[in-house]
Amino acid sequence: MSAPENNETGPRIDEPTGTATMGHEWDGIEELNTPLPTWWLYTFYACIVFAIGYCVVYPAIPGIKEGSHGTFGWTSRGQLAAEMDAAKAARAPVLAALDATPIEDLPKNPELLAKAVAGGKAAFKVNCVPCHGSGAAGSIGYPNLNDDDWLWGGTLTDIQTTLEHGIRQPGDDATRTSMMPSFGRDGILKPADVQDVVSYVRLISGQEPNNASAQRGAALFAANCVACHGADGKGNRMFGAPNLTDKVWLYGGSRTAITETVTNAHAGVMPAWGNRLSPATIKMLAAYVHSLGGGEAFAAPAAPAAETAASTGQ
Amino acid sequence: MTNMDPKGLTRQPPKRLHAETQAVHPRAVDGRFRRLKWAVMTFCLAVYYITPWLRWHRGPYSPDQAVLIDLEHRRFYMFAIEIWPQEFYFVAGLLIMAGIGLFLVTSAVGRAWCGYACPQTVWTDLFQHVDRLIDGDRNAQMKLAKAPWGPAKIARRLGKWSIYLLISISTGGAWIFYFADAPTLAREFVTLQAPSIAYSTVFVLTCTTMWFGGFMREQVCIYMCPWPRIQSAMLDEKSLLVTYKDWRGEPRGKKSPTGAPLGDCIDCGLCAAVCPTGIDIREGPQIGCITCALCIDACDGVMEKTGRPRGLIDYVTLEDSARERQGLAATPHWKLIWHARTLIYLGIWSAIGAALLFALGTRQHLSIAVSKDRNPPYMILSSGDIRNAYAVRWKNMEGRPRKMQLTLDGPAGAKMWSEDMSKEMAARDLTRIIPADTTAPLRIYVTAPAGTHEGKLSFTLRALDQDGGEVSYATRFDAPDEDHD
Repeated sequence: MSAPENNETGPRIDEPTGTATMGHEWDGIEELNTPLPTWWLYTFYACIVFAIGYCVVYPAIPGIKEGSHGTFGWTSRGQLAAEMDAAKAARAPVLAALDATPIEDLPKNPELLAKAVAGGKAAFKVNCVPCHGSGAAGSIGYPNLNDDDWLWGGTLTDIQTTLEHGIRQPGDDATRTSMMPSFGRDGILKPADVQDVVSYVRLISGQEPNNASAQRGAALFAANCVACHGADGKGNRMFGAPNLTDKVWLYGGSRTAITETVTNAHAGVMPAWGNRLSPATIKMLAAYVHSLGGGEAFAAPAAPAAETAASTGQ
Repeated sequence: MTNMDPKGLTRQPPKRLHAETQAVHPRAVDGRFRRLKWAVMTFCLAVYYITPWLRWHRGPYSPDQAVLIDLEHRRFYMFAIEIWPQEFYFVAGLLIMAGIGLFLVTSAVGRAWCGYACPQTVWTDLFQHVDRLIDGDRNAQMKLAKAPWGPAKIARRLGKWSIYLLISISTGGAWIFYFADAPTLAREFVTLQAPSIAYSTVFVLTCTTMWFGGFMREQVCIYMCPWPRIQSAMLDEKSLLVTYKDWRGEPRGKKSPTGAPLGDCIDCGLCAAVCPTGIDIREGPQIGCITCALCIDACDGVMEKTGRPRGLIDYVTLEDSARERQGLAATPHWKLIWHARTLIYLGIWSAIGAALLFALGTRQHLSIAVSKDRNPPYMILSSGDIRNAYAVRWKNMEGRPRKMQLTLDGPAGAKMWSEDMSKEMAARDLTRIIPADTTAPLRIYVTAPAGTHEGKLSFTLRALDQDGGEVSYATRFDAPDEDHD
């Protein structure tokens, strides 16, 4: 295709489109001069200017050891830290109030109690779930915290003490230690005697009818077990001795399970959280555990709340 | 390529994508449809401006504004009806009714919505009256539009635009009163204490009213509004349209040059001159026609003056138009309106309305939601009793505190107590006073004697005051599969 001579002074005009060409030609293919729209170009330039400004202001340019810092000194880590500080500051008044409130006074301040329960729930998920389960229902050997059976007491202060000092924690003088002898293993009772004691325990917990074995077990129980478990087998919270007449069994209530317990005894442990968590967190945990449904009141049951307005909230 | 004319192809100015808009200067007209338009316009504007100021007494806990969209508290008040956010299906139902209502109106009387009741039509009409007030009627307006800018034209334009602005501000200003207590907001608005959203809303609506009503006018109907497109698919040969009866009017003219007989149309052009969207109805049905019927008024006036029967331009259906063309008598309008499609729409519309009314009449102003604890699903107590826990949310949807009773219907011997009372007080029912407009969460423990099997359990919430009301929530009671060993 030969170029028509219509461009004496400027680039050739392409006939079908009426657009000027750029004057380039490759194998007969020419480029039309259709520039980008001005608004597009200016937007593009503005983006370049913005990008330069952005690189100056924010950390954007990588280096060998560390990148540029930006004129604002902003970092995503710094932002996170600021947000964490803000969250901490927002929590501070609640924690201060918790520190200032003795745990037995918590029920008098329902608003603070509600906050403590919420905080305790979160702390429970972090610290207690591995043993007690996410619903605090425990497992064999790990107490269920929802029920109304407490080895060491279920008031707020009792729970707080257990949390603080743990169970069988060496080096903590106030730690809680129950000491059941291994009656079978240590030869205090012969295996047949153990079976008789088991029969008696199952009798008083309503799992077996009275029989000769249980009768023999009663005498053995009176001689060996009443010191801790009481004459009626209802246990003693002073020593963490469980109530043997109820339906809650930490290590199981079957004949096999009780035989194992009487023969070898159990010695569960729980960390002393007092040296790991803050006093406020311990209070929150105690409040949460207390709120699970089995918490015990300090004194006589409160008057019925039947006519009072329920706690509100969306 | 070489034989094309380069002159016709080179250096052409860029092609425009649309035709240049012709300004419309409709001429004033009087007649029965014009008077109907006045009446509808007055009614619509009155409803729009007065509604927020109507009061409706609802007692001490609720606002006394008859129609109020209370976004802050998430309530919608409409006279005796009060809608909560979770009852938004009522609003959805009303919107569906409005939509089907448009279908119904279209199937019965054609584009009556466009011609009379559409806000764009109402405000455009209003602004066109302002034009006539300031600039004079059609001819004066056209003359002024062509005149060069000078002090007189500037003064007139500024005067006219000031009135536009006043109308626009009062239009935008009225809108915000639907969202807050009108007298309070009005006071705050003038003392510059209203929330900024009020000012920005008024600003935006002032701008759109000014622009759409004052300047864009019929272009909104023709180019922007989707409704005419939908409507044109909905119109059929049984729909009432403003129609020029060409079999009667044509050939048109004032005086026949050949002496051949002429139709009734004297080609005075008045029908086109009065048209607010600037069309000529004699060209047949077209999208620009909003069926406002001002051309009917204009033509009837001319027909009267020239001593011919009225109705050269008239509301006619295409079906009837064919009948009239054959010389048959026109069907009365009331018969035209009631055809199958209209009746079907009316049926659907009434059914939705009846359903909404029924739902309104039977709805409860209390509700209950229960979520059962699943971790753990149940709990054995030291007594051997089985305990389940539930998070129960009592909801009082009325603007007054209500005494409510929660009753348990579960396994034999089951009793419940809540976290705010002692276990010793466990019973089959609990009574609480729930504050106004409140959802009250309460943790409920239900205990059943040892040996109870898993089964159904339901909570019933009953209002104990005079209005009553009762709702239930069914859930389950979990228990161990067999005796624990």
